[in-house]
Amino acid sequence: MAKTLVQEFTKGLWNEIPPFRLVLGLCPALGVTTTMENGIGMGLATTFVLVFANILVSLLRKVIPAKVRIACFIVIIATFVIVVELLMQAYAYRLFQTLGVFIPLIVVNCIVLGRAEAFAYKNGMVASTADGLGIGIGFTLSLAVLGAVREILGTGMFFGHSVFGTGYQPFTFMVQAPGAFIGLGLLLCLMNIVGRK
Amino acid sequence: MREMVKMVVVLTFLSALSAGVLAWLRNATAAQIEIQELELVKGPAIRQILEGATNDPVNDRFKIEIDGKAQSFFVGVFDGAPNTVVFETTGKGFADAFGLMVAVNVETDKLVGVAVTTHKETPGLGAQAKDDPAFPAQFKGLPADQSVKITKDGGSISALSGATITSRAVCDAASDGLERYRALKPQIVEQVRSFKP
Repeated sequence: MAKTLVQEFTKGLWNEIPPFRLVLGLCPALGVTTTMENGIGMGLATTFVLVFANILVSLLRKVIPAKVRIACFIVIIATFVIVVELLMQAYAYRLFQTLGVFIPLIVVNCIVLGRAEAFAYKNGMVASTADGLGIGIGFTLSLAVLGAVREILGTGMFFGHSVFGTGYQPFTFMVQAPGAFIGLGLLLCLMNIVGRK
Repeated sequence: MREMVKMVVVLTFLSALSAGVLAWLRNATAAQIEIQELELVKGPAIRQILEGATNDPVNDRFKIEIDGKAQSFFVGVFDGAPNTVVFETTGKGFADAFGLMVAVNVETDKLVGVAVTTHKETPGLGAQAKDDPAFPAQFKGLPADQSVKITKDGGSISALSGATITSRAVCDAASDGLERYRALKPQIVEQVRSFKP
């Protein structure tokens, strides 16, 4: 298990990239990825929480009694989620409006709790930071890609610019909830095909 | 026994620390959040009601203390005369509390308009109170010395179809606002006059 820091970081970008490899955190992944911008915003918010929760959990891992560890994790995670929520409200209000209820829901995001339990509680601070950053950036990338695919197909626009010209009939199905599942499934399939070679 | 004490101590300490940090952050961001809300939620509603005003009503505002809470009043200048005041009231909607901007002309004592700001009503039904301009338009010109009611309750406002509760709630919120206006009228008039351009 003696992995290098680089490995701890890069595993989040491909081998264990959420939500594709670790099929966790699907609720925000499906809920907010109607545009690439929302996907990136959600991903960065989660990354922030993930990194700081990982750091704090690994620092306190000798102090936190095993029997109440989940409760302690939740307190730590919830604190950082509210920090993100307040900061976003103060400095990125439009993003806060579109992400809405999904920000408080980061508290129960399985990825964050999962990393605290499976990694940060057993590893040192530096490794946990690398793990949090890797998984967080991987999650951000996934949401950005899923958001981009849904935005381009579903509205024919990309960052406010038309992609296919005026003749394109937007495939609005893609920006609705079922489109999210199908988009996620197709991307997962594509990743498996690429990974097999 | 030792373990139990440790669990209690650790959890208590974590929660207290979390509460302290969040309370501090809440205070630190409160002013910025108020500015953002003013700019992005209340501002558009105010400007929409006071269309044609020659000043910037979001800038020209004063505060009156009501039950120990400072409430903002926004002033609209028409044809060189500051004669309209806008303020926010809250109502209990179908889903949750909502905000309603109420504009009153202080010279004619008539409603200039209302606009829903923050709300959680059902999209397509109750949310039409905000999305369908025909609904708030009915409030224009109503006298400020009477409460506002939907036609079913003997008033003059046609309720939104499928959203009687929301419609009634908007009327109640408007009536509350008018009551506050009548109670504070001398103070309001004095303040509004001081905004002579």
